[in-house]
Amino acid sequence: MSLANRYSAGEHRFGMVIDIDKCTGCGGCTVACMSENNVGVLYDETDKIRSITWMRVYQVDNGKPFPETQVAFFPRPCLHCEGSHGHHTPCVSVCPATATDYDPQTGIVSQIITRCIGCRYCVGACPYHARYFNWFDTPWPAGLERPLNPAVAPRMRGVVEKCTFCYHRYQRAKNKAFLGGGKVEEMDYQTACTEACPSGAITFGDLKNPNHKVAQLAQSPECFRLLERLGTNNKVYYRTTRAWVRRLADNYLKDEKPGQVAAS
Amino acid sequence: MTTHEQGQAKRSGADWLLFVVGFVLFSALGFWGTPALLYAEKPQPFQFSHKVHMEQVSEGCKSCHSFREDGSFTGIPSTDKCKECHSDSPQGDTPQEKTFVEEYLNKGKPVDWQVYSKQPACVFFSHAAHAENAGLECKKCHGDHGDSEKLRTYQQNRLTGYSRDIWGSSILGMGDPPKRMKMDNCADCHRANGVRDACFVCHK
Repeated sequence: MSLANRYSAGEHRFGMVIDIDKCTGCGGCTVACMSENNVGVLYDETDKIRSITWMRVYQVDNGKPFPETQVAFFPRPCLHCEGSHGHHTPCVSVCPATATDYDPQTGIVSQIITRCIGCRYCVGACPYHARYFNWFDTPWPAGLERPLNPAVAPRMRGVVEKCTFCYHRYQRAKNKAFLGGGKVEEMDYQTACTEACPSGAITFGDLKNPNHKVAQLAQSPECFRLLERLGTNNKVYYRTTRAWVRRLADNYLKDEKPGQVAAS
Repeated sequence: MTTHEQGQAKRSGADWLLFVVGFVLFSALGFWGTPALLYAEKPQPFQFSHKVHMEQVSEGCKSCHSFREDGSFTGIPSTDKCKECHSDSPQGDTPQEKTFVEEYLNKGKPVDWQVYSKQPACVFFSHAAHAENAGLECKKCHGDHGDSEKLRTYQQNRLTGYSRDIWGSSILGMGDPPKRMKMDNCADCHRANGVRDACFVCHK
């Protein structure tokens, strides 16, 4: 199926291509994201069940002993699933408060923190662990409230948060376009992690716009999505040429070959 | 005859009088007492006449409240903006201008205005989308603030710290902005004009 036809009607479908072969696992995207989106440092950041990282880098290896060991990294933002028929984003369909929705124009899954009741159904529904619950009020030591980003509201204890593809940057880009009378160009709207990645592993843009680099890259047969057979129909593509990395992206049976198994 | 029926039969004029007096008393308390209790009045640093300034400038509100190149809105102008017209000695003879020039302009200090329409942290509002793209007049939401001779009293909600304009100065919820500047007002206008009213359009 062609890239644009995978998604329902709508002007844009913002998405990413993350090149795993380029990712060094430095964590620059995670830091940039935390800084951009006012994600604070909790009292105990070693508690990874309760710490918050909208953009999280997962490390995988091929399981072989030295010297055949190989390591790869999966940076994981929110994947902004659309579902198989346009409106079946896993987290959106379970939210009892309509605190999260799927924008038919941009394909971005929103998270409205002032509407969230903290039931955490969405956390359980998300197959990618992209959603985080605020178990604590983030401590902002004196002075650290000053570098907060005014375009992103800080969260309180008891609500769920997640990556929004830096939606505030899209709003900002639209402002500029309104004033100039033009359109939002590819480089006007880029996420913080994309900008921060030192090896250029992340490409961001509109998957429905054939002129955007991300739309060209995502069509490559080397690109795939995480747990594609769940039918989440998400918009974050990963790219690798290494077969063992490709195998880790889904739960393949021994006799199945990645790429030859049809997505449901 | 049960006690219930007895009570219904024996309602005298005094009972009704007591009811009316109580009703009026508590309504009055609700209408005038509660706001006085809930809202703190905060003074502006000094008086400011929009009318006087509007007579001096050529481009209306835009002369001082302008957009930056990146599409963001400057909001209340900085002291530097005032310097484009004001010099280091007062041009008029009002004590307000003298205060401004001596205390703020010459010292390069920003004026700490209380902003009537300042939105909570969870709200995203784009002036570019409304004033430029939709072509709305400032009056649509700010009323005749631009023609006012005096700054009205700024009222701050003691519990939330927000301006009273955000909740609405009309207790009955009547009137248009700026008497009411609630989310419902935004959503009503969005719906009426076919603009998307999903949460993420205006919330962040």
